Amino acid sequence: MASSLIRSKSDNPKGFVVPFRRQEPGTQPDYFYPAYRATRLRAPSQPLIFLPHTLSEVTGPVFGDSDIRRHDQDLTLQHAGEPLGERIIVRGRVVDGDGHPVTNSLIEIWQANAAGRYAHAKDDHPAPLDPNFTGTGRTLTDNDGFYSFVTIKPGAYPWRNHDNAWRPAHIHFSLFGPAFVTRLITQMYFPGDPLFAYDPILQSIPDERARQRLVSKFDLETTKPEWALGYRFDIVLRGRESTPFER
Amino acid sequence: MDLTPTPSQTVGPYLHLGLTDTRSKSLVAGDGAKGERVQLTFRVLDGEGAPVPDAMIELWHADSEGNYAHHDADADGAAFRGFGRLATGEDGSCTFETIKPGRVPGPGETVQAPHINVSVLGRGILKRLSTRVYFAGEPANAADPVLALVPENRSTTLLARPDSTRPGNWIFDVRLRGEGETVFFDV
Repeated sequence: MASSLIRSKSDNPKGFVVPFRRQEPGTQPDYFYPAYRATRLRAPSQPLIFLPHTLSEVTGPVFGDSDIRRHDQDLTLQHAGEPLGERIIVRGRVVDGDGHPVTNSLIEIWQANAAGRYAHAKDDHPAPLDPNFTGTGRTLTDNDGFYSFVTIKPGAYPWRNHDNAWRPAHIHFSLFGPAFVTRLITQMYFPGDPLFAYDPILQSIPDERARQRLVSKFDLETTKPEWALGYRFDIVLRGRESTPFER
Repeated sequence: MDLTPTPSQTVGPYLHLGLTDTRSKSLVAGDGAKGERVQLTFRVLDGEGAPVPDAMIELWHADSEGNYAHHDADADGAAFRGFGRLATGEDGSCTFETIKPGRVPGPGETVQAPHINVSVLGRGILKRLSTRVYFAGEPANAADPVLALVPENRSTTLLARPDSTRPGNWIFDVRLRGEGETVFFDV
């Protein structure tokens, strides 16, 4: 795959690129989803303009070891003491739309503490802050596309979208992948959360199977005896149009 | 395994915690980078024209010769990174330090006008919005293959305008919805 990457103009004077595949209808949220109130003034009203991919879209920033600090991967080790809550391991594999691993690629996460409070000045939910938990993590995928974080299970929390609105417990994920167009920001949920049906952010994705892809699975293989439950969360980034090995 | 791409979700109101508190990058091109210095200010406005204080802007653009830094620029010690990201402040704005990009090849034999690829993320934005910044008054705009796809009456929304009081400063409004709505691309 790497050989098909076009890195710069000098490799590629005519601007030939292998474009990335487009998303299938229903598998991504719409911009305008009135049940999620903030979209009413922030979703574009005009249709998007289809942009054929150029070098600008198929290249993207590259990150490396210098972007990762000590304990970025273990959110329970970032302070003097251990955070309160249920210690968990979140592990998964990042692949592209052809199943190829996305390697050495930056993943950033952030989340609320076990009580459902973010260590953020604008979060005024009256739940306790935890002096031993910031809720920020960062890592690179390995050579097979795998990543893992050690953290604590975040709590559900109220928000003011509608009467008695609560977000299901979730961890925010940010990924870059190999190109400007593979950028993905999403949220990972936990299996069996009773709040799914009431959450307009998750329900903004039309297709039920697509919504299920954001729900991690309990994973006994990732679970460490006498220490922490494991959850598996695999992520698929967009793949390229057919390669020479395909039709 | 199902290989349909994972769905997007909003970055939410607490994006700063994970993405910009300690990891913002306002410096897209350092002092050592070749090219015309540019200070580029974004203002993000909602459907009522109110500033959006919890959005995030990411930039990706070519160097002054039209090459993308598609490598680990920090590790290489390169002055030019080509990538930047900032959260908007209470006034909906944020400012990047960079250089004016060079021209990048387009489809066929075309050459694109200098442009900056932009992602707009924020609370209430369920998936990344993608747009481009072009520079007002740039002669190459007239033959740009992407600007040519945009209806004429909306293409001005993609032009940064120079700040007449401060040379080297440019301003780009991101109007998310309604009157003067910025052109967003399906990438």
